[in-house]
Parts: sequence; C-alpha cells; structure tokens
Amino acid sequence: MAQYILRRLLIAIPSLLGISVILFTVLALAPGDPFEELATNPAIPPDVRAALRASLGIDDPVHIRYFRWLTAMLQGNWGFSFVSRVDVDQLILQRLPATLLVIGTSQILALAIALPVGVFAATRPYSVFDQVANTLAFIGFSLPTFFTGLLMILLFSVTLGWLPFVYRTDIDATGWRWWWEHLRQTIMPVLVLGLFQGASWTRFVRSAVLDVIRLDHVTTARSKGLPESRVTMRHVVRNALIPVVTLVALQMPAVFGGAIVTEQIFRIPGIGSLLISAILANDTPVIMAVTFVFACLVIFFNLLADVLYGWLDPRISYS
Amino acid sequence: MTPLLDIKGLKVHFQTDDGMVRAVDGVDIAINRGETVSIVGESGCGKTVTAMTVLKLIAMPPGRIVAGQVLFEGHDLVPLPAEDMRAIRSKQIAIVFQEPMTSLNPVYTVGEQIAETIRQHEGMSKRAAMTRAAEMLALVQIPNAHKRVSDYPHQFSGGMRQRVMIAMALSCNPKLLIADEPTTALDVTIQAQILELLNEMKQRLGMAVLLITHAMGVVAETAQRVIVMYAGKVVEEATVEALFATPRHPYTQGLIRSIPRIDLAATQHVRLEAIPGSVPSLLNPPVGCRFAARCRYVMPECRTAEPLLVEKAPGHKAACIL
Repeated sequence: MAQYILRRLLIAIPSLLGISVILFTVLALAPGDPFEELATNPAIPPDVRAALRASLGIDDPVHIRYFRWLTAMLQGNWGFSFVSRVDVDQLILQRLPATLLVIGTSQILALAIALPVGVFAATRPYSVFDQVANTLAFIGFSLPTFFTGLLMILLFSVTLGWLPFVYRTDIDATGWRWWWEHLRQTIMPVLVLGLFQGASWTRFVRSAVLDVIRLDHVTTARSKGLPESRVTMRHVVRNALIPVVTLVALQMPAVFGGAIVTEQIFRIPGIGSLLISAILANDTPVIMAVTFVFACLVIFFNLLADVLYGWLDPRISYS
Repeated sequence: MTPLLDIKGLKVHFQTDDGMVRAVDGVDIAINRGETVSIVGESGCGKTVTAMTVLKLIAMPPGRIVAGQVLFEGHDLVPLPAEDMRAIRSKQIAIVFQEPMTSLNPVYTVGEQIAETIRQHEGMSKRAAMTRAAEMLALVQIPNAHKRVSDYPHQFSGGMRQRVMIAMALSCNPKLLIADEPTTALDVTIQAQILELLNEMKQRLGMAVLLITHAMGVVAETAQRVIVMYAGKVVEEATVEALFATPRHPYTQGLIRSIPRIDLAATQHVRLEAIPGSVPSLLNPPVGCRFAARCRYVMPECRTAEPLLVEKAPGHKAACIL
C-alpha cells in the first residue's frame, strides 16, 4: 500500500511539471503586461521603467523565465505579487481559510442531504418521496450557482434584509457576536454551493443504491433473517458507497473551480477571487501559484479516490 | 403426522405492464421431516417462485400471494408479520441459491457473512460466532477452514462459494433446507461434489431438503419424492422409483426421454428426443390442460376441462385424464 502511494506520488511529478509548462506558456502567450498600468503613468520615467523590467526579468525569453520560476518554486519561493507587493505564499495562506470554510461546510451539507435522501428514495423507487426528491434534485442541479446566488441575495439581503450580501473577514465584534456575524454571512454561499452539489450527488447516490439493491447478495442477506435496516445499511449502502466515495473525491477539484464563481458573487475573499483579480491584473506569479495549487489538488484527490477505492473494495489490491 | 412443510393451494401472481402473470397457480406440496423432495420442471414453470414464496423472499409488489397457505409445523407463514418471518429465515428454513458467484456480498469476508447469520439467531459473541463459522466451513469440507474464514468471496472458486453458501444456510441448524438449483451454475464435476455434500449434510444434520432443479439426473441421485411442475401447476407427484419406472404424465415421459444417454448415442445413433413447442404464456394460460398444445396424446376433452391431480396408484398422483 505504502509502495503504491509512493509510486503514484512519483508519477505525479512529471504530470505536475507538464501542467506547469503548459500554464506558463499559456500565460506568456496571453496578451497584457503586468506593467501596463505603470506604462501609462507619466510620473515614472521610461528609463526607470526599463530598469525595473530588466531587474524583474520580464523581457527574457519564455523558457528562461520558466526555469527561473521552477528553480525558485523548488526552493520554496512562490514569487512576489506584482500588484499586492506581498509574497504569493502569504497571499494564498491569507485567502485559503475563507475558501476552505465555505467549501468544507457546503460539501458536508451536500453529503448530509445526498446520502439520506438518495438512500431513502432508492429503497422506495417511484414512490411519492422518490418522485419529489428526483424532481427537486433535477431542478437543483439544473440551476447554476451564479443564478441561485443572485436570487438568494435578492430575496434575503435586498428584499428581506436578513443576511448580509458581502462577506467580510474584518468583523469588528468579539465573542458570540463575532460567531453570529460569521454564521450569517456564511449561510448563503454554503447553501448555494451545498444544495447544488447535494442535488447532483442525490441522483448519484440513488442510482448507486438502486444498482446494488437488486443484486443477489441482498436477497441472501434477507434470507438470513436480518432486519431490513441492517440489510439496507450493511449490504446495500456499504456496497453502494464504493462508487459514491470515488465520485465525491474525484469531484472535489471541480468543486474548488465552481467555488470561484460563488466567491465572486458573495465577494468572499477566498482563493477563487484571488485568482480572478490576479488574472484581471495580469499578476502572473499569483496566477501561476493558484493554478498550480489547483493542479496539486486534482492530483491529490485522484490519489485519494484510488486509495479509498481499494480500502472500500477488497477485490482491489495494490500489490 | 403433520408434514414439516405443507403448501396448500398456493397461488402467486405478478403484476406486470402486460398484465397479471400467474407464476404459481394452485400448487400443493408436502414435505415430511428429514425427507428430500425434488421439484423439477423447465425454466419459468414456477418452481423458484414457489421456493422463494415459502420464505416470502419474492418482491411484493409486483408479486402477490393471491391464495393458499404455507404451513410450517402447522403454522401458516403467509399472514405472518415481517418480524416473525425473520425469526423463521435461516433458523427454521434456510435457502441456497443458484448463483454462488453473486450470492455472497463481495465486501465482507465469508466468515463475517456466516457469523452474521449465527449472531442474528443465536445471540453469540462476535468471537464465538466466528469460531462457529470456521467450524461450519470445515464441516462443508473447505480445506484450511480456520484460515479461509477471513478470506473474501472473490478468493474462492464457484464450487467453494457454493460450499460457503451451504455452510451459511446450515449454520443455525434449520429444519428445512431449500436448495434452488444449487448446481446449475457449476461445472459437471463440481455439481456431483455439491450434491454429494448435500446428501452428506442431510445424513449428519437430519434436516429436510427441498431440492429445486431442472436436471432429471440430479433428481434421480438425491430425492426420495419428486414433484413435476409445468406452467405454474403440479402435474405429477411420485417416489423417484415410481416416477422413472412408470411416468404417468406425458410431460414427465417427455422429460425422462430427453435425458441424454451416452450408451444409446454411441452404439445406436439414437437422436435425443425433445418435447416440441414451448411453455405457454402465464399471462393468459390456455383453457383445459396446459400441456395440451405439446402433448402427443392430446384429445378433444383436454382442451376444455382442466385435469385434476388425482391418485393413479398408491402415492403416485398425476394430472392427466389418461
């Protein structure tokens, strides 16, 4: 097992290198220049501007810039943001907690909805509960988060005035009030992300359970005289979890991607909004670092999915 | 003496999109303690549905027990609530299924699965149940049982898995074992071993066996009494000796004639006989005898009145006017 993980991690190195090459090349080919703003600023003389560009090495050929970035990265130097004038790793660490809080909570909410609803619906296929759950799930995952997000802001913030529509990290309160304010501003983004994800997972859980519930070993379990609840939990849900866990782990990187949109809508100062503002400002070091973090997440969750798969299904061995 | 299991006038129907399928349409079967009774018939004759109905393992809906009684030790199982039914399953009546490759749960060890049954009915500790599970595996002659108890089903061959299923079924000392085509999915050599094992287990533990099969050879080797089913009905019932010596119903005669005989095929180039035609639809069963369309002795009255199962000789019943 440990050997398998090590092998997978070694395989991850060339893929990460490949990803970084592509990212770097695309960014180099993209129009725009981090110094655009300075170029139009008459207060900075042209020779200062040229000296600045030379010192930062912006006009060097792409491959030289890439290797410079790579060696710095390998030494743990993530670069320096052109715009915020802060180290990139610090910038990311600053933004990460908000993202993790919102995404983490919303994924827990999604699973808390999808598992019981999906299992309950599948054990009573075509019942009223199943039909209602199916319809709601269909609606839920058909509506994009940017739409439901705006709808919620319109309803709960603008019309009713119950919840704030801008997410703040600098809440000037202490104790219970701080927690309360935090909870109020987290509700909407968590609901939007969690319900969307929960809707699609509900459908997946339902079909996974339906696939198992008709298998012969479930009849065997019933013939053993086990109570129906035990048959469902131990012989249906346990087996249906294998594809569900894999899907959830594989979808995690996509969830981070989807959170970018939600973060923009609710103005959450997370890693997604950092990426968007960096792209708009041509802040290459930040874009490189954030996209690289996303790439690492994809590889990590793929590995996690494989490991979990082997843990849940004894038929798979990694030797 | 009351029989151990007494099925009386059982009718099981299934609601489908095309209409009501009368899978079992008035079946009477009695099994005494320690007896081996075999139900034979071709696919779709209702033998498996009958067996599953005894343990109420058919899906309801679409299935429905329309009429009849399933008396086990004199008590009717049909109106029994689900909870009381669970106490019967495996403890009193156990079942072995046709498909050993899919009948075990792939994510638990065979020991866990056998122990689960034992713990459900005997209230043993986890460790004691696992020890008992290993003993059961040894009883069904799985080599190295105490080690293999912690193996997963995929680490066993088809024949070994069927042994595991038999060990699981016998783990709570049931009074009746239903074996639903236990050898159909296995190689011929393994089939003989499993039948031998069933015979041996029966002699050791003394339970009654209801063996469901479509192979006449299996019937001849294991059963004492045979029930022949056709299109949801019992058409003949007799001891094994009587059935093979003097089959009364034309369908039984056809079944016996269609047993391949290697001596005749090799020396006299006799072609294997088959029963012409196919099983009638159970959506709208024909009026009169259901076998009439395929019967070589068919008479006009066969198509109007349904022949009843009557005693033609002591202990030998057949549903034919001949």
